[in-house]
Order: sequence, then C-alpha cells, then structure tokens
Amino acid sequence: MGGWRTATVAGVRRPVVRSVQLRLDVHDRVDHLPGQHYVVRLTAEDGYTAQRSYSAASAPSDPLVELFIERLADGEVSTYLADVVEPGDELEVRGPIGGWFVWDGATPALLVGGGTGVVPLVAMIRHARDLGRLDLLRVAVSSRTLAELPYADELAAAGALVVLTREAHGIRPAARMTGMDLFPLVEPGQTAYVCGSAGFAEAASQLLVGLGVPPSSVRVERFGPSGLPDAWR
Amino acid sequence: MPGPTRGFLGRRRTTSDPRLPPGQYDVGGDWPVLTAEPTPRISPETWSITVDGEVENPTTWTWDQAHALPTSAYRGDIHCVTTWSKFDTHFAGISVDTLLDVARPTAEGRFVMAVSKTGYTTNLPIEDVTGGKAWLVWEFDGQPLPIEHGGPVRMLVPHLYFWKSAKWIHTITVMKRDQPGFWERNGYHDRGDPWKQQRYQGD
Repeated sequence: MGGWRTATVAGVRRPVVRSVQLRLDVHDRVDHLPGQHYVVRLTAEDGYTAQRSYSAASAPSDPLVELFIERLADGEVSTYLADVVEPGDELEVRGPIGGWFVWDGATPALLVGGGTGVVPLVAMIRHARDLGRLDLLRVAVSSRTLAELPYADELAAAGALVVLTREAHGIRPAARMTGMDLFPLVEPGQTAYVCGSAGFAEAASQLLVGLGVPPSSVRVERFGPSGLPDAWR
Repeated sequence: MPGPTRGFLGRRRTTSDPRLPPGQYDVGGDWPVLTAEPTPRISPETWSITVDGEVENPTTWTWDQAHALPTSAYRGDIHCVTTWSKFDTHFAGISVDTLLDVARPTAEGRFVMAVSKTGYTTNLPIEDVTGGKAWLVWEFDGQPLPIEHGGPVRMLVPHLYFWKSAKWIHTITVMKRDQPGFWERNGYHDRGDPWKQQRYQGD
C-alpha cells in the first residue's frame, strides 16, 4: 500500500445525479484487489487537510483507478470532488487499503449492494468478467430508482437482481429487498459481500443470516451519511 | 507533503480544537456504525466475559457477576480511524483493571487479544488496557449500550482508534507475544494511537 501518491485526474463523468465518477492515473500504482478502497486527501492553502475513503469500481486490470463518489449535500470532500475537480487536476491518494472486503476471484460469492454500496461489487464483477468467471457471482442490488443506481447497465448485464424501493421494476413493485429476493441467489459455500448504508447493510446481512447463511461467511462494509469516509457508507 | 489541492477550501474552521487529533473531524451528535460482520443477537442472560491465556486464575463472569463489580465510568472523547471524533462521550461499566486483578496476568503476559462474540479480534499491549485506560461498558449516556454500538457490552479503549474498542466483547486472552487481530491483519496499525495517526501498518 505504501504512503501517499499523486494521482492525475484523467476523466470526470456524471452518469448519475448527485454523484461523480473519477478516473485516476495513480503514479507508481500498486494493483488493488476488487473490494479494496483508496483514501483521497485534500489540502487547503493553509495546510488544513480532509481525507475520505472511496472504493475502487475498476478492475485490477484497468490501467486507471475508477472511483464513484456520491455527492453529499454537506460532504466536505465529496462536494469538492463532484463540483470542482477537472481532468488534469492532481489529487493525493493512498491505497489500495483493506484485506477483508475483497474477493479472491476464485470462489463463489454473493454480492449484495445498496445505492453507492454497489461500487466495490462492480469491481468484483469487472474482475470476474476479466477472468471469464462471472459464473461464480450472484448479485442483488437495491436503489431508490433505476436512474439513481450507479452502473445499472453493467449490473444488469451481469445478471444482477435489481430491487427498487421507490418505483416498480418489471413485475416487481416498489419495495425493500426481502428474503424472497435473496433466497434464489443463496448457494452453499458462498462468501457474501454486503455493502451499503448502515441501515441497508444491517437489514441485508440479517436477511442472509435468516436464510441460513453462516454469519462468519458474511462480510459487511457499512457507511452512513454523517461525513464518514464515503466508501464505508 | 505536496502543495494544496487546487480550489479546495474545506469546512469553515476557526481555531483548531485541541481535543481533535490530526486528520480527524468532529462528528457532533452523530455516532456512525461501522462493523465488518452481521450484528449478533446477544442477551444479557447468555452474555459472559472470560479472561484467559497467560493468567494465573482464568475467570469467567456472568452478566450479574460483572454488574456486582465496582462500577467505573469514562467521560471524554473517542476517535475512529475513518476520521470522525466524538467529544464528551459518557460510558459506564467496569474497569478492565478489575478483571485483570482477579485473573492475574503472569509476568510473561505482555499483550491481550480482545475477542468478540462474532469472532472479531483486536490486539493490544497490556499497558494499553491497564492503569485505568480501558473499560468494559454497558451504558452510553445513561442508557443501555445499543446492540449496533456493541451492546450489551463492548470494550472501551478511548486513547486508541476505536477499532481497538471491540464490540460484543466476549473474551480477553492474555498473550506472551503480540498477534495481529482482525483489522491488524488487514492492513491496519498494531497500536493505533490517534495522536500519532497510526492508521495503517507502517504509519
């Protein structure tokens, strides 16, 4: 992982409202594992710094590191990244970090994400696609609406079950994720990766435990709208 | 240390609060929940705390037995490695010293591993959990500690980053040699002093 590195912003896109997708050229980069995160540190003129963690959405094979950041109305770092950053800017980053919420690319996994919690799961899906092992993954994601779901097309292409809480989707009415949604995706021997807001992660992990998934097989990454590192949201 | 980030102003700040370690911010009234595993369901009736390993007198206390010990409280600040700090928290429970006084670590017992009901672990030098620096707590602001914050009983080691304050504490194992716990195996620092910004291995 090492210390702080410089990353040059290579691309800025806003495919989803209230969020930004950054493509970073990280100098002297160490390849990440899908699920790991980076810390971004911003420094003001007077030396004041603020740092937050963001999961990588990109596969390790991607020459750039892709971050997807939800813009929080009072987010000190996320508003800067969403509103100010332009291609060519330099950012200080540190990573990759984390050895727990990572998928090894070789064993069956059940990925359950809510909102921007899908981001580290997208890295896992992209890695599986690189390896030709999408068959190892079962995916369920939840969002308020389809328009607010990051990477909606890629998730659908990977066979993800998409649950929308504020609008109907196909024959499924608007509703929160239930055990009935997850039941067909649960298979013996899976490791489950649950990522989302504190409330979503708690509810989804309890659904899995209720379906008989051993708690020791459930890996959870939570984040909450309180200025927390956004990847943990 | 590179120069400033173009166009970054940051939150409006007055004089820096001396209670805030470097790289931290005041989370105010919030108390974020961060855990790596599903929240367990633990009832006071089945909860217990065991101190074992390099001790002369391995001991287990039930809920009632632990509550019969002299109470001890902490009022002060807590600091999470994810950069939030929370000022003037109030926890109550018992001092870890009280348990170790009964279990009596041997002269060779120099580290402890705090083990949660979920299997979560975190390692600490024994000096960091003795001398009035560590607690087992079951009350926050006068109320029972909520399950999502580690209730019914969690460890509290407020002078270190908060991942050292294991939720759902179940066992304290005294060890001769240091061994990495859960986050420590996964890239985080073995000690975690917020004033030294010991966030990750190598800091």
